[in-house]
Amino acid sequence: MFSWFGKVSFVPYTKVSDFAVHLREGRLMGSECSKCGFATFPPRADCPECRSADFTYRQVSGRGTLFTWSRIDAAPTGFEDLGTYTVAVVDLEEGGRLLGWLGDSIAESDIQIGMSVQVVPRIFEEIEPIKLYYTVEAPAVD
Amino acid sequence: MRIGVIGVGHGRFGRRSDATVQELAFEAYRLALEDAAIEPDAIDASVVAAVPEYHKQRSVAGVVQEYLNLNPRPTWLTEVACASGSAAIRTAWMAIASGLHEVVLVVGCQKMTELETAEILALMGRVGEVQWESVFGTTFPSYYAMFANRHMHLYGTTRDNLLEVAVKNHHYGALNPKAMFRKEITLDKARASDSVASPLCVYDCCANADGAACLVLAAEHRVNNRDRVVWLDGVGAASSSMSVLRRPDLVGLPSAEEAAAQAYRQARVTAAEVRVAEVHDCFTIAEIMAYEDLGFCAKGQGGAYINERRSYIGGEVAVNVDGGLKAKGHPIGATGVSMATEIVTQLRGDAGERQAPGADIGLTHNVGGIGQYSFVHLFRRD
Repeated sequence: MFSWFGKVSFVPYTKVSDFAVHLREGRLMGSECSKCGFATFPPRADCPECRSADFTYRQVSGRGTLFTWSRIDAAPTGFEDLGTYTVAVVDLEEGGRLLGWLGDSIAESDIQIGMSVQVVPRIFEEIEPIKLYYTVEAPAVD
Repeated sequence: MRIGVIGVGHGRFGRRSDATVQELAFEAYRLALEDAAIEPDAIDASVVAAVPEYHKQRSVAGVVQEYLNLNPRPTWLTEVACASGSAAIRTAWMAIASGLHEVVLVVGCQKMTELETAEILALMGRVGEVQWESVFGTTFPSYYAMFANRHMHLYGTTRDNLLEVAVKNHHYGALNPKAMFRKEITLDKARASDSVASPLCVYDCCANADGAACLVLAAEHRVNNRDRVVWLDGVGAASSSMSVLRRPDLVGLPSAEEAAAQAYRQARVTAAEVRVAEVHDCFTIAEIMAYEDLGFCAKGQGGAYINERRSYIGGEVAVNVDGGLKAKGHPIGATGVSMATEIVTQLRGDAGERQAPGADIGLTHNVGGIGQYSFVHLFRRD
């Protein structure tokens, strides 16, 4: 299932593959250690603090602030057809960070580090296999 | 026991369609042996630094060792991306410090132009953390661009400050016969270059290159010329997270700060005593962050540091006066060894037109990726 995540998938197998199943349903899931409660995003199966292998998924709202960004003008293999695109890093309200594409609701001239943003789960409509991603949008846009 | 560099050799960097990787290695090896005034039988082992993905030949150490005619002595490869060269020096230092070997050859070599453009573009798409980041098409320049945007936002560093680093490094590259680019550039020309990953443009980025550098490291009792030896008195190393999502901030490299602290402590040197430094300017912002991470100036002051020309010869620390990665070229496996050869040359007073006057303490700062690996080495001439 994890091969659903990303326009190009590099690691189809992972212990947190249900992340993609949730994302398809529109939910952004981080992880929480069942033993010590360590919570993080992106999710990880193995607790870095207490080394427990027991974890549960924990939904995050996608609300956060823009941490940094860059507009990529020279794309690597598999992304050439996108032309120019902008990657954005978001500090999530519940903790943890996320990297995704800047969505259409934020013009480059309006980008400000620290601005409030909303992460929105997406599916590539124009690609036949299931391909999931998320965009970073102005709040209250989906 | 101290460990010293007794010989260095440096090949020509650039697009070397005239040579294989082992032939490039031999150019530097020949010079290093001549410089050390030793014969091959003095060498106990060799450590080879190269990043394997760029070569058609798998397991490069084997073919290099054969071509250098050093069989049956042991050899092995070190790989930590763009810091592989310094990892090889550290490994050689460890081998000597342990008493296992007394004289170790370090060979940094890389042929990056062997790959087709399509293969390079595919590699370029896997420089980041591939599970959560590369799936969005991140590239190496885009990572440093994200550092640059944070640095500009928090400290008021400007686009021109970044490009001032490129102007300096091209200025000195023009004086280095081994450099890939030997032309000065103006700030106007740099400003006019195409965007790669905003805010970084072509002149913010170093170029893929081919080349090799070599040095001979020896235990104190095997140093054959006490007048020319340069001591490697501090070897600092540290790591930081692969993912930018797991870093405290993106305005510096925590691994570089930690590696520097270790090296200063071990060598009993302070940042203020360093006269000449080779820092990892894979992108202009990386050199600005290096000034700060190494303690040449306070955090956030890196932009002013270059603007006030404090990293030029005649300033506080002469930084990248061989042209740096920017103008000399960045054959990734060779870079760390190349940095060390420049510092040794500077401390001996042999750097000619680009000599930093009175340099007795020098430093190398070699970074793998975006600081997943950092090595800071301190060199001293008695």
